[in-house]
Amino acid sequence: MLKFIARRLLFLPIVMLGVTMLLFGALQFLSPAMRASLYVKDPRQLSALNEVILKYGLNKPMPVQYWIWLKQVLHGNLGYSETAKMPVAVAIRAFFPATFELTLVSFIPILLIGIYFGTLSAVKKDKLLDQTTRIVAITGYSLPSFVLGLFLLMIFYGHFQIFPPGRYSLNVDLLVHSSRFHHYTGLLTLDALLNGDFAAAGDILAHLVLPATTLIYISVALLLRITRSSMLEELGKDYVRTARAKGLPESVVVKKHARKNALIPVVTLSSLLFIGLLSGVVITETIFDFPGIGRWSVIAAQQLDVPGVMGATLLSAFLFVVANMISDMLYAFVDPRIRLN
Amino acid sequence: METKSKAAAMWKALKKRPLSLLGFCIIGFFLLVAAAAPILAPVPANSRSAYLIPEDGYNPEPKLPSAKHWFGTTENQYDLYYGMVWGTRTAFKVAVLVVGVALLVGIFLGSIAGFYGGWIDETLMRFTDIVLAFPGLVLAVVIVAVLGPSLDHVMVSVAAVQWPSYARLLRGDVLAVKEREFVLAARALGASDARILVRHIIPNSIYPLLVVASLDVGSVVITAAALSFLGLGAPAGYASWGQLISMSRDWILGSPGNAFAYWNTVFIPGIAIFLFVLGWNLMGDGVRDILDPRQR
Repeated sequence: MLKFIARRLLFLPIVMLGVTMLLFGALQFLSPAMRASLYVKDPRQLSALNEVILKYGLNKPMPVQYWIWLKQVLHGNLGYSETAKMPVAVAIRAFFPATFELTLVSFIPILLIGIYFGTLSAVKKDKLLDQTTRIVAITGYSLPSFVLGLFLLMIFYGHFQIFPPGRYSLNVDLLVHSSRFHHYTGLLTLDALLNGDFAAAGDILAHLVLPATTLIYISVALLLRITRSSMLEELGKDYVRTARAKGLPESVVVKKHARKNALIPVVTLSSLLFIGLLSGVVITETIFDFPGIGRWSVIAAQQLDVPGVMGATLLSAFLFVVANMISDMLYAFVDPRIRLN
Repeated sequence: METKSKAAAMWKALKKRPLSLLGFCIIGFFLLVAAAAPILAPVPANSRSAYLIPEDGYNPEPKLPSAKHWFGTTENQYDLYYGMVWGTRTAFKVAVLVVGVALLVGIFLGSIAGFYGGWIDETLMRFTDIVLAFPGLVLAVVIVAVLGPSLDHVMVSVAAVQWPSYARLLRGDVLAVKEREFVLAARALGASDARILVRHIIPNSIYPLLVVASLDVGSVVITAAALSFLGLGAPAGYASWGQLISMSRDWILGSPGNAFAYWNTVFIPGIAIFLFVLGWNLMGDGVRDILDPRQR
């Protein structure tokens, strides 16, 4: 097990090196002048374009520029993001908790709904409930997040005037940035509760409802399908027949026997699903103006903010590799047959 | 003869699955619309391209459906009906070209990696590891941002994000198939590497890949539309559903007192994209269920 983790940890820097090289290579298709224009705020500064190019070494050969960037990163300096108007490391610390909170608020219902209805759907195969679940699932993954998001905004924010976009209202914005608000966890809902401010917690929660609904509806399909098909496979196995033959109640057969085994692929998949959510919130965050990593990475990519894109992508590649590792470890943990090999 | 009976068996299996049949009907409907586009929405005489939506004035405010504009107009008075009809062609173009190109690249590189092994395999697989470690959409956004916004570049970027998973999948199946006896027999008969690959190995290892690709069409369409939605796709006024949706973005809150004042700008293209993707997904599901009985 230790050897396995060590090998994966060794793999991590290699993938991250590859990811950054690929991104850096792609961005070299832009001329030095185009990349320098990011630093020019005012047309009157255009005459200084050459100085900018020289200062940031933008006309040096690509490997040299990559080396300069890499040296900075190894010194812990990720650079300055022009789109976020702050250093990349600070931007990650500012945006990541928001994305994490949104992901967490969506992930828990996805797990519960996916496993509960996935199991039920398999047990009641081809009955009304199964058909309904399958239709919900297939419409969920056929609906683009930006379409669902705009529909929800139009109905709930436009018409009913509840569930506004953004992360909080103006008065909560002032509150969380004041000195009397303590940031215990970075998850604002929890922090507001810990600070004893229920009104603020309610406000933050209200802002989370629509983006979370979008994410849940679109992502629950995967878990429903996996649970259902895995459950169907288990229900057809001999040990289930044995359990039924010896007269165990059906609920025990389903819950204690079949579901425990059926959840093996579900458990291992869930860590990947979590990361998929974490890096897949790009569009959802953009629509709901939710200040997280996803929205920042899109703005950075659109405006070719090189340090910003590199920082955001490094973070997601890191999370992806770690999630893969956790997923493999979970697999070994829940399935003793793998551990023994 | 053999393929004919296979097709008949497939048709029989399909008839038992009303949802998959519905998928075929939806895509069939869109195909008809795409084919009949010049009849359904005649191109204005002075138009430079059929894909440019005619503009009726320059008022920024969208208009509701009327006798003159069946689906109403978007902001800047682009005719929504015309955009929807010709956008169907764009949607098919994106779906077929992106998946087709990604498949071709994936088949070429994946089969070579699996067949020859060694450093070719190692290099290629490490490269796919790297691409797959990216959040796909962010990588696609970077590629389009670097190449410059246009529909062609959207297609290039989505295909670039898509092919690595195909290459990996096919490589695995090629690895298994190349050990089989008929490959050895072909080699003993003096067949060249290219012939063995194209005539013997690929036809025997491609089915799982085709199933996966047919299930991917829907998500490819969503990704491409999402890039258009972010303003990285075709220029304003080009008939593309994603672009029409992005033009509705500033109007979703309606006018004061009436949130649904411009409902047509969101709902019409939104529902079209949804149905188009749903059709492909239902069809893909049917194909998968028929070819892979384990899931039934």
